[in-house]
Amino acid sequence: MERKDYERLRWRCIRRALLELDITLTRFLDNGFDRLNDEDQRAFVELADMEDYDLWDLLTGKAEVADPRLAPIVALLRKS
Amino acid sequence: MSIPVLKFDAVIVGAGGAGLRSAIQLSEAGLKTAVLSKVFPTRSHTVAAQGGVAASLGNSEEDHWTWHMYDTVKGSDWLGDQDAIEFMCKKANEVVVELEHYGMPFDRTDNGKIYQRPFGGHMSNFGEKPVRRSCAAADRTGHAMLHAMYQRNVKANTQFFVEWMALDLIRDEEGHVLGVTAMEMETGQIVIFHARATIFATGGAGRIFYSSTNAFINTGDGLGMAARAGIPLEDMEFWQFHPTGVAGAGVLITEGVRGEGGILRNSSKERFMERYAPNAKDLASRDVVSRAMATEIKEGRGCGVNKDYVLLDITHLDPATIMKRLPGIHEIGLQFAGVDCLKEPLPVVPTCHYQMGGIPTHYSGRVVMPKDGDMNSVVPGFYAGGECACASVHGANRLGTNSLLDLLVFGKSAGDSAVEDLKAGRAHRELPKDVADRTLARISALDNRKGGANVHETRLAMQRTMQDHAGVFRFGDMLKQGVAKILEVEKAARQLEIKDKSMAWNTARTEALEMENLIEVAKATMVSAEARKESRGAHVRDDAPDSAEFPNGRNDKEWLKHTLFSPVDNSISYKPVNMQPLTVEAVALKTRSY
Ligand SMILES: Cc1cc2nc3c(=O)[nH]c(=O)nc-3n(C[C@H](O)[C@H](O)[C@H](O)COP(=O)(O)OP(=O)(O)OC[C@H]3O[C@@H](n4cnc5c(N)ncnc54)[C@H](O)[C@@H]3O)c2cc1C
Repeated sequence: MERKDYERLRWRCIRRALLELDITLTRFLDNGFDRLNDEDQRAFVELADMEDYDLWDLLTGKAEVADPRLAPIVALLRKS
Repeated sequence: MSIPVLKFDAVIVGAGGAGLRSAIQLSEAGLKTAVLSKVFPTRSHTVAAQGGVAASLGNSEEDHWTWHMYDTVKGSDWLGDQDAIEFMCKKANEVVVELEHYGMPFDRTDNGKIYQRPFGGHMSNFGEKPVRRSCAAADRTGHAMLHAMYQRNVKANTQFFVEWMALDLIRDEEGHVLGVTAMEMETGQIVIFHARATIFATGGAGRIFYSSTNAFINTGDGLGMAARAGIPLEDMEFWQFHPTGVAGAGVLITEGVRGEGGILRNSSKERFMERYAPNAKDLASRDVVSRAMATEIKEGRGCGVNKDYVLLDITHLDPATIMKRLPGIHEIGLQFAGVDCLKEPLPVVPTCHYQMGGIPTHYSGRVVMPKDGDMNSVVPGFYAGGECACASVHGANRLGTNSLLDLLVFGKSAGDSAVEDLKAGRAHRELPKDVADRTLARISALDNRKGGANVHETRLAMQRTMQDHAGVFRFGDMLKQGVAKILEVEKAARQLEIKDKSMAWNTARTEALEMENLIEVAKATMVSAEARKESRGAHVRDDAPDSAEFPNGRNDKEWLKHTLFSPVDNSISYKPVNMQPLTVEAVALKTRSY
């Protein structure tokens, strides 16, 4: 990923509306994101662009992950 | 170097509840209005508010704004200004109903009215019995509120500058505020927003503490900018703490966990609340529990390597009950403490939750400061509302659900006052020659410094110092040391170094700039807390205990006054509390007990 894109993503992970997501996304970005392939990195960017409660509901299992591309990343985030 | 200038009638810094509410007033009055935000508006921290917003609509049972006013004055431990409190409580119904018209999906009663729930501290008939006063949209009140107001602003043609960070307030020699300097994160470009009215709605600064329920974004930028421009900060010693945040993470654990039988324990597994509150034990009130926890930690009975937390134990409860009655708690334990709470106790600490102090304002939303003997002289062109401002309605402690009300009422009145001042002829004033010098100097120092302090380490040192020395329970000697320590941290914060020097999307630079704001707030808090030698509301000192002469340690004869911290020389002055409401009789001084 290009530096600029990564930094934009970083800002959108470290400045969320919910503290729970600040912590979870920052942790994953610092520890795990690098190891994803391009497609999974794109999926993570998509997740990071979601509204806070929508994403939090996915991470706590309150909502189902409909998109199969996102499911493995959600699973990783839940374990991170 | 020439810096682009963007001209607006009004510039609002902050797109949370307060900023969006102000913007509606300005844009709908036909004024050209810019709103700057570090994040997309609906990612502002107002989203996290779940509990509700207070208004004495009386939809479920009889209620009256004077009762709400009484509860607010009492909650504030009489440090709130009674003119501002009357103004807010009286206006509550109007702003909540407006929100309904903006499309806010409030919970409803069977006959279609806004449904109201009970909430701690909401009482009818001047403290007699609980009343249902809180209006909510499921457990997503703040979120629903922001969405409704954002849509309204889009319709009104408010111009949003998203992922822009305001850096410094522009003030001319006569003290007028003329706008802000700001950085577009995507390009790193510095731009001047030249305005006839400037409104701050930048939210809280809870990240000064190591343990905070606040999201990372709450770095007190508005307070830092005001302080650098020589504007004092009011009542900064008053911070509300919640007893059970996950240690290290801050994420809130609801009171319901103790309600279901959770027990607090120290390093020797002792149920210590039995010593502090023999009857209520773990279910004692928030401040009693928080203080007991702080005492255990201070006296060396905390847990972990640093002995800096206690344990919340639910391992004796039936797992099925936990999963059913406390959904989410298992997940929170796993995610944020690395603990399976069915098998092991959760590490918890009293956690910073809300900032009562801030930029001093009149209830009209105009910023005020001492000048030529007048303690409340208006700073022309400058307005503030929401958590960054101090009207002061929360005084020494905020009543639950009153902060969402604060941002609606004072967001609106700041907007109204700006409209009024602009219509009365307030023009663009000439920008000073050195308009962006301070900002450019800060940026270039960051870009050129070698061998400076690391941002992350400096922030951590500040947070540890604040938590240890100015936490929920305060000790005279610790506060004294705290002042010396925070001034040391300040030296580092003025010498930050960043490795990444890129212009575009440089998050290291942004975090360093935020750190320069955090330290202003931390310093104001520590110095103000050390200076106030009584206990009042959320400021509780070990050396100002409960006594017959001073119930709860409160000393009205000497300390019924607002603190003003001057960032220019770290000095403190005081101004009287306004005990005179606008139209009703004052709420007379009394001991605060629930
Ligand atoms: C977990 C939690 C639960 C809560 N629950 C309740 C509740 O139930 N009821 C209640 O009344 N209160 C509650 N509160 C308190 C309440 O949510 C806040 O006090 C309130 O939302 C603050 O709103 P605001 O508009 O002042 O600031 P925010 O919503 O925090 O918005 C600040 C805005 O300023 C912008 N900003 C900041 N600095 C800059 C800068 N330098 N440049 C550009 N933009 C900037 C941000 O991007 C953001 O848009 C809760 C707080 C927390 C932490």
